Amino acid sequence: MWVMGDLLDDYSPARAYGRSAWDEMFEERGSPRPGARALCDILQSLSGVELEARASARDRMFRDRGITFQLSGEERPFPLDLIPRLIVEEEWQELERGIVQRVKALEALLADVYGAGRIFADGVIPRRLVTSSEHFHRAAWGIEPPNGVRVHVAGIDVVRGGDGNFYVLEDNLRCPSGVSYVIENRRMMARIFPELFASHRVTAVDGYPAKLLEALRAAAPLGVADPTVVVMTPGVYNSAFFEHSFLARQMGVELVEGRDLLCHSGRVYMRTSDGEREVHVIYRRVDDEYLDPLQFRSDSLVGCPGLINVARSGNVTLANAVGNGVADDKLTYTYLPDAIRYYLGEEPILRNVSTHRLEDPEQLAHALERIDQLVFKPVSGSGGYGIVIGPDATDEQLASLKQDLTLNPRGWIAQELVALSTAPTWVDNRIAPRHLDLRPFAINDGNDIWVLPGGLTRVALPEGGLVVNSSQGGGSKDTWVIATQGRRRAKAAIRRPEQSAASNDRPSGGSQQWSSGSPFGAFDPEPGPSWEDPDRLRQQERQQQQSGHGQSPLGC
Amino acid sequence: MLSRIAESLFWIGRYVERAEDTARILDVHVHHLLETQVESEAELCARLLAVMGVKALDVDPDQLTSQRVVDRLAFDLSNPSSIVSSLVAARANGRGVSEAISSELWEALNITYNTIFTEGSPSMTFSAYSFFRFVRERAAVISGLIDSTMSRDDAWRFMVVGRSLERVDMLARLLAAATSGPEPDWVVLLRSFSAHEAFLRTYRREPEGALAAQFLLLDRLFPRSAFFSLRAAEDCLAELDPISGRLGPSDEGRRVLGRLRTTLEFIQVSELMRELGGLLPDLQRQCAAASMAIASRYFRKTNVVEWTMEREGVEGVTTR
Repeated sequence: MWVMGDLLDDYSPARAYGRSAWDEMFEERGSPRPGARALCDILQSLSGVELEARASARDRMFRDRGITFQLSGEERPFPLDLIPRLIVEEEWQELERGIVQRVKALEALLADVYGAGRIFADGVIPRRLVTSSEHFHRAAWGIEPPNGVRVHVAGIDVVRGGDGNFYVLEDNLRCPSGVSYVIENRRMMARIFPELFASHRVTAVDGYPAKLLEALRAAAPLGVADPTVVVMTPGVYNSAFFEHSFLARQMGVELVEGRDLLCHSGRVYMRTSDGEREVHVIYRRVDDEYLDPLQFRSDSLVGCPGLINVARSGNVTLANAVGNGVADDKLTYTYLPDAIRYYLGEEPILRNVSTHRLEDPEQLAHALERIDQLVFKPVSGSGGYGIVIGPDATDEQLASLKQDLTLNPRGWIAQELVALSTAPTWVDNRIAPRHLDLRPFAINDGNDIWVLPGGLTRVALPEGGLVVNSSQGGGSKDTWVIATQGRRRAKAAIRRPEQSAASNDRPSGGSQQWSSGSPFGAFDPEPGPSWEDPDRLRQQERQQQQSGHGQSPLGC
Repeated sequence: MLSRIAESLFWIGRYVERAEDTARILDVHVHHLLETQVESEAELCARLLAVMGVKALDVDPDQLTSQRVVDRLAFDLSNPSSIVSSLVAARANGRGVSEAISSELWEALNITYNTIFTEGSPSMTFSAYSFFRFVRERAAVISGLIDSTMSRDDAWRFMVVGRSLERVDMLARLLAAATSGPEPDWVVLLRSFSAHEAFLRTYRREPEGALAAQFLLLDRLFPRSAFFSLRAAEDCLAELDPISGRLGPSDEGRRVLGRLRTTLEFIQVSELMRELGGLLPDLQRQCAAASMAIASRYFRKTNVVEWTMEREGVEGVTTR
């Protein structure tokens, strides 16, 4: 039996709506899951005061580096929990395969929707489902991506149910955000909890920007050998501006706003101090509706007029492509398992949360009966807004929901409640279980779909809460994909770094003289001229006694 | 580099320099008032406000105190050229271009901002003296990071041009004000630009008018002198747009600065004090002209595109 110390003493996995939730760290009270023991040991060795001190160090560092989140107009340090979430490698590989499969199917679906429409003709998905989606853009029809990629970046939200399986909650194919926090969370954890990394082999996440740049370059218009890539942001007041700036910096490309771009003669240029310079690939983080006032909302001030026409003529690539929203629509989601079978001829690796299409009168009636047991989501909503959780809703809320559902069944889906998994989280000076989800990020460069190991774990901080969006006050966790066997470093070496240093092989017998003081075998820093010559110091002291009537210092 | 970013960088340079210079000037001013009782406080304060181009406060000029002036020039967010406003603006510009500058530089700007507003209002957190010291130190950190973490590319050049122009402008302002009245205290004046010690090491005697003015305006080695700063700005502009033909620079900003620098370089030293009355306002005017020329040359170089409806339903484009 594993011996419990202070902080995890009272920890026991939570229940949600009468069902016990899967806990990411403990199988049951007091017994950690495989791979989680080392982390438990370290947490047990810490006191609450120590954790709190690290929490305030974390907030200060986030604030200093400007890694803040706008919440109702206020700048707050990004809410990172002190305790990482662990995913063992074997489990991750399965999840990764599922995500790759899903992104492949989504690409095929988009190519079909904005192309031949085979899937409609074959009756797998009704055509009106797509044409009635508010994210379906006729303007995108006929824009052929140069390397066939429309989903350059995807964020697939998954949750773990009470049975321990991962389920896909939704797909994000427009401007999935949060990846910068994955990388910054890791950097922050390494600073405030170096000892955790010493005892785990954590898969690195900082390769993302390089992968993204590669994929963006690969998406360049045909015949452009050395494309100019830019990141396009709505501007500094956007809640994800930090991420836009982060990605531009990490990729070493320009971060442009709509007003920095101009379109003429069928091409896009940016206004530089050296005149106009052509742009070939735009990783845009501006929504479709605001991208081009000539095509979409004419009141948009953050877009660039003419962009879509240039994209259509093939002289610029927009990433992600315009019109992707039709495939991450919550109603399309319900057809995705069918789409995977249709396009790939494979069984879906990742399951959907079981979902009811309310357009079907039978399913609507059924859902209305069980209105206090289901979760209702607006089809076109994002950011967690508008979700009604049946068991939590008041009678008035349910009554108004009922009315909405009857009037506009196309606008809603109903999902079975998933008891989201929990993990130990530092809240209110103690460790308590909180519900979480996971958003892995996938990059498609046309040859290969690469999934960033781990992803963004979002935590619902209120006790029992199930909505994890950071726009709703949710927190996050550093997500570790760890190897469980064989490759963990010996703990003794971590506790006594001087020993491991001493056993390093040093070159011997060479002509170089290794200094004795440094463990790395480098030369001592070259000393400057000595100014603390004791004899001279003594003389200076003696001289000082006479300086009262000596020469003027200016005269010498 | 994007025009918008170039402009922000230019202004980061200006704002940080403005905050630093204002802190130096105020620091010396407050210190000077404590040490001497010769002049009336109100008169000195009114003159300082005028120098800094700040509208007089809503108080009787006779009632002006150092405290009020410090509040206005250091802590007042409603005064766009106060120290606090300058640092807020520098950080806001830094935020918009944080991918174009080094992360350390962005952090330095951000930490400065965060520290000022730790307790809400900066005048609650800081005493005047500790605030001036803080601002000088932060400006030193920021300048140091600009010089030690950024490539000598266009981004660095725009910042240095901004910094140098602001430096000349502040110097000209203060000198003009000081020399317009009775014989100024040259030690105080030199200290305002941390030039007193450098002056002493150079000339080894107490400062008097002509020599101090020479040092602040013409010295070839002191980094805060007008000549030195003008040359720094000019060099950067030359690198931004190297001359390719057989004629001199086509860049208006560089031409203005070059002429100004030449005036200082080849001035008859014995005539300096007599020409000061015309020279100092000219320095300010020409710096403003150079700033505008740089803006139109680099920040607004590209055409404005206007979309018009040529016929119903047909979009057209006109380039201006």
